[in-house]
Amino acid sequence: MRHLKHLLSVRDLDRETAVGILDLAEDMADVATRAVPKLPTLRGRTVANLFFEDSTRTRLSFEAAAKRLGADVITVSAKGSSVSKGESLKDTAQTIAAMGIDAVVLRHNASGAARVLADSAWIDAAVINAGDGTHEHPTQGLLDAYTMRKAVHGDGARGASLGGLRVTIVGDILHSRVARSNVWLLQTLGASVHLVGPETLLPQGVEGWPVTSGTDLDDALAEKPDVVMMLRVQSERMLASYFPNEREYARQWGLDDARLARLAPGTMVMHPGPMNRGLEISSAAADSERSLVLDQVTNGVSIRMAVLYLLLSSKESSGGEAS
Amino acid sequence: MTLLILGATLPDASTTDLLVENGVIAEVGSGLSRAGATVIDANGLQALPGLVDLHTHLREPGFEQSETVLSGSRAAAAGGFTAVHAMANTSPVADTAGVVEQVASLGEQHGYVTVRPIGAVSIGLAGERLSEIGAMAQSRAAVRVFSDDGRCVSDPLLMRRALEYVKTFGGVIAQHAQEPRLTEGAQLNEGALSSELGLAGWPAVAEEAIIARDVLLAQHVGARLHVCHLSTAGSVEVIRWAKARGIRVTAEVTPHHLLLDEQLAVGYDARFKVNPPLRRAEDVLALRAALAEGVIDIVATDHAPHPVEAKECAWQEAAFGMVGLESALSVVQAAVVDSGQLTWSDVARVLSSKPAEIGQLAGYDAPFAVGAPAHLTLIDPAARRTFGVEHLHGKSHNSPYLGRELPGRVVATVHRGIPTVLDGELRPQEEVAARVGD
Repeated sequence: MRHLKHLLSVRDLDRETAVGILDLAEDMADVATRAVPKLPTLRGRTVANLFFEDSTRTRLSFEAAAKRLGADVITVSAKGSSVSKGESLKDTAQTIAAMGIDAVVLRHNASGAARVLADSAWIDAAVINAGDGTHEHPTQGLLDAYTMRKAVHGDGARGASLGGLRVTIVGDILHSRVARSNVWLLQTLGASVHLVGPETLLPQGVEGWPVTSGTDLDDALAEKPDVVMMLRVQSERMLASYFPNEREYARQWGLDDARLARLAPGTMVMHPGPMNRGLEISSAAADSERSLVLDQVTNGVSIRMAVLYLLLSSKESSGGEAS
Repeated sequence: MTLLILGATLPDASTTDLLVENGVIAEVGSGLSRAGATVIDANGLQALPGLVDLHTHLREPGFEQSETVLSGSRAAAAGGFTAVHAMANTSPVADTAGVVEQVASLGEQHGYVTVRPIGAVSIGLAGERLSEIGAMAQSRAAVRVFSDDGRCVSDPLLMRRALEYVKTFGGVIAQHAQEPRLTEGAQLNEGALSSELGLAGWPAVAEEAIIARDVLLAQHVGARLHVCHLSTAGSVEVIRWAKARGIRVTAEVTPHHLLLDEQLAVGYDARFKVNPPLRRAEDVLALRAALAEGVIDIVATDHAPHPVEAKECAWQEAAFGMVGLESALSVVQAAVVDSGQLTWSDVARVLSSKPAEIGQLAGYDAPFAVGAPAHLTLIDPAARRTFGVEHLHGKSHNSPYLGRELPGRVVATVHRGIPTVLDGELRPQEEVAARVGD
């Protein structure tokens, strides 16, 4: 496996490393089934969750992961802290660096923020990108790949890639960091990806991506993909004229009950959450037996444990001395 | 003060001695001598007329933490410039006679370069009502170039009126061509790379559509138009078309758009964030060719100083802009001279005589002629240097070239017969200021 100091983009992962992380997450999932679901390998280490943008589920998932590994967790989130008062990334990073931090989990509304932090001299800690603007969300990509692999291979998933898997991602590709991380990682793992959305929400230059793309969801579903992943649609896109209204969006690109009924027998449904039920996905689809939505949440903790373990277990402790 | 420059190579490639006395070129020829003169051995050096920048942000008044008229003048002199046109987006905005006179007089007082203020087209750059263009034109600053640079005069009616009204005073509108709605939140040239990086796209059409509209407006009202910082191959095509139809339009390109392309944004290093954004490699090639061909008339720096904190942050939070005065000539050499596309005579045109003509700045039409004002620079084109902060002389260090090897070096700059740079070093402020009016 490639040595990683940070996790900034899934594009930094080759297939061996990506499969290695998924395998490590299998081990972590086994820990969760124990009577005391803890593996204190990161005892004495401190992980800072630095959330410049609100995200309950990702933040909780990282907190749970760090705690199960015995690490101390500091959480700084946008509401009620200095980051909401316009404190810069640099100042916040230097402040927590002075407290002795081993890893920073960064969620930021600016694309590239994790890269800027990792390349800076502001802090000497492992940086984990927990979502940067409309760029990437690497642990989401990993947990999605893990979920797909588990769904296909079950207990025999260790060591497997996603060769031959056909994944259709539907919705606001343009603004989706989840879509980007999935596209690059699924390609690395050997899956083929098809993107579907209105022309306004397909990125410029998508023809250069290692995917196929189209605008017709029914055509895409008729191809019987193994996975259909619905992306969250934000109502602000409607106000900016990316599409006329919710009704038309749901009719054209929503996984509604009629489309659910027409899905091929083996097609699985995924969504990174939080869902807009009735818009991009119907309640029946979200709650159906095909839905892997809750598996995604569960697996998120295992993946984040694996990433924290990988980045921190080989690293010298910062010692925690304040300066 | 008397200067004797020995063995300089002129832009036409001939070699000569030059005697500078009382602020003018006093003698030209070989074997010149003068007792008591300061002698500059210019053997192997290229002489160019003093460079004229039509697009400089000096930041004073209002943003003195980034640059002042003095610090910007020194940066300009270090880069071989003897005149700069100071953009209007200061605080207060240069939209009254009072502000432009203040800026001009600060420049005069410091003496490193001639500072020509640019007046705002609209009050407060708000794009709503015309500023007092007549008062600024008739002020002691004698403003001839008007621009809302940093913002586009996007209202077509206001642009039409501005083009017409400025004719009354013999001025020209310099347009920052950026359709505001098409560039809301825009961060990087729109295309495959912006999509990959997740940075909001800045489409080429947002620039090209405004240029196309404006050349048609200029034709309709019979006005002159100057287009700031062209950055796309499509903009070149629009300008070429307009010139072929006889429309009176001039166009500029920045040094950075001649050398750098969008791929530099890959690491999200905000030093490469600029307005208009760095474009595709094929745009860079089209701009070079257009400059060589004369479709693009001039090179102007768009020197845009920013404090450290404005760049030490995530890309989308960073300010747009790069400093460029000190590096301009080296970058032009790297981009289009060393490749053989421009001769030094072309450089003299695009960086001196033509920008002076557009800005209606006297004294630059016959450089090196006996009796002409002595504005000149001597450069060593054979030098190579790793560009570093030690080569920056303004207040800000937001240069995209730090750590990059660049050709050429300014050895001396002479403004009105007074050396502002000698032996590659800026002359002290007291010395330059004391001699103003010699």
